[in-house]
Amino acid sequence: MDKLITAKSEPLWNTNNKVVSIVYGLITLLFALPLFGLNSFYLHLFIMIFMHAVMAQSWNVIAGFSGQISLGHGAFFGIGAYATSFFYMQYGVTPWISIFIGIFISGVFAVLIGIPMLRLSGHYFAIATLLIGISFQVVFQRWDLVGAASGLWVTMTPEDSWIALQFHSSKLPYYYIFLIFFLISFFSVWVLSRSKLGYRLRAIRDDPQAALSLGINVSNYKIIAYVISAMIMAPMGSLFAQYILIIDPDRVFNIEISIIVLLITVLGGIGNVWGPIIGASILIPISEYSRIYLGGTGGAVDLILYGLILMIICVFRPNGLISFIPKDILERKKQR
Amino acid sequence: MTSEIILQAIVTGLMMGLIYALIAAGLSLIFGLMEIVNFAHGEHLMLSMFSSFWLWSLFGLDPLFSIPITILLLAFCGVITHYFLIRYILKAKMLIQICATFGLSIFIRSIAQLLWTPDFRNVDKPLLEGRIELGSVFIGQPQLYASLVCLVAFVGLYLFVTKTETGLALQATAQDRHAAEVLGIPSNKMFAIGWAIGLGCVGVAGGMMANYFFIFTDVGINFALFAFVAVALGGFGSIIGCLYAGIIIGLVESLGGLLIDPSFKLLYVFVIYLLVVIYKPQGLFGRY
Repeated sequence: MDKLITAKSEPLWNTNNKVVSIVYGLITLLFALPLFGLNSFYLHLFIMIFMHAVMAQSWNVIAGFSGQISLGHGAFFGIGAYATSFFYMQYGVTPWISIFIGIFISGVFAVLIGIPMLRLSGHYFAIATLLIGISFQVVFQRWDLVGAASGLWVTMTPEDSWIALQFHSSKLPYYYIFLIFFLISFFSVWVLSRSKLGYRLRAIRDDPQAALSLGINVSNYKIIAYVISAMIMAPMGSLFAQYILIIDPDRVFNIEISIIVLLITVLGGIGNVWGPIIGASILIPISEYSRIYLGGTGGAVDLILYGLILMIICVFRPNGLISFIPKDILERKKQR
Repeated sequence: MTSEIILQAIVTGLMMGLIYALIAAGLSLIFGLMEIVNFAHGEHLMLSMFSSFWLWSLFGLDPLFSIPITILLLAFCGVITHYFLIRYILKAKMLIQICATFGLSIFIRSIAQLLWTPDFRNVDKPLLEGRIELGSVFIGQPQLYASLVCLVAFVGLYLFVTKTETGLALQATAQDRHAAEVLGIPSNKMFAIGWAIGLGCVGVAGGMMANYFFIFTDVGINFALFAFVAVALGGFGSIIGCLYAGIIIGLVESLGGLLIDPSFKLLYVFVIYLLVVIYKPQGLFGRY
């Protein structure tokens, strides 16, 4: 089957040199930033931006690349969060290992969910995932082994500990951990988007019938995309659980998580590797500041903004903010 | 477990099912017309219940009498939704359409939460109260009348769509909007009418449910999920399919809750949904 597809994937570095150097500069800046003495609010802000960018990137893989809209992606976030906390509290497994357990469980669930559901498409899939997201929350709310509705309160270590991945005196280690995971995920998705797999997924998104007639096994590739997406989402849940140290079904399986990953991606530019990063760096500050200035007493002001932004983007800029940047800046011109 | 309890569950399921059917019919009508799934359907239901509640609490109007006002309000709401949002995304990709109506649902729900707080409310001492005893089965009067009104509205909707001139024009637009436009049926106007009627159905259901159901800002989520399932079950775009699908869901919900565990009733409906969309993706009565 592979012989039939002769389209070569793009070379990895076929990007404008200026963009590459800007990216290197930004990465260096991000590593150096805490040295300038950020206070803990700004550290928190950056941690949230990294986390949400990765979560949105994960959603981007399934929705942006392969065109399947998942409205219940928070489920994988919750699985990751529960995996680390549960194994640490029950068996004392260090989060460094249980992160991978979480990734594995998420992957398995993605296969189990994906096999029946990715035969569906369009609205059918969207509705099914909405139900999945809520079902996970319902099950965890009643599952006594993992603390049912009151959730898990991770036992605190008395001191900062790299083994238990808990830092109480400063947010700085969290900053670097999240940054590194952010870079790894971003780089992997970038590689994915330029690989044959990425092109096949986009072919499926644009025209499933045509992709099928070219010999692409549509449902298998959709499942692969779903699994990859779930495996990117899970470690963020794990790290988030280590960051706040209290998890409960209403927090980590909240439908708001599924909403925000969708919103960030659509805002930044769906189907584009840069989209989630742009979306997260604009939306998360708005959300954190609106929480500070407009008060957090159940007002849901940030959700009103989310809904409004989502509708405005859909009507006026369906390709997201990235479409403001001319395409030839991002891609190097053909040198022929 | 005696047969009376099962009979009771069947009656309860039937009554809920008729309400689901009407809500789903509105959703199905809109989908059939322009292939857009209204993910804000539950929030519109919530708005209709709140409209009923506020008319009662501010003007002392019983939910029974405020139904025409609620229907008009919701129909107006539908026209506004079409005019300010749907009109622009008719030609967009499906992904954008889903995101847009999903955004609308977040927007309406959060605005409601800001304005009215997430408190639970209910209408105190409505005209419809009490219950009827039929043998060993108890039937709540408000529930009974709500489902009967929904059934009547459903039949009315069905007759309207199949018998009147406007209804036939709606069907023509649903089948081929360009051909219909050639024949002098303005599709934009038909879409607006479709939204008005679709949400008008929700107005009926919400107005009747305000008699006995708790009214809070998240009330719509479960109803909308069941309505999505009913629409998929009955076949997207089929109105009569919604009736059967709604009743099936109502029965599954109440019997599953009785026989297994009531806290997982969403899961039973979900399983039904998966089975149907996998083995019979066109739905039980689907046109497509």
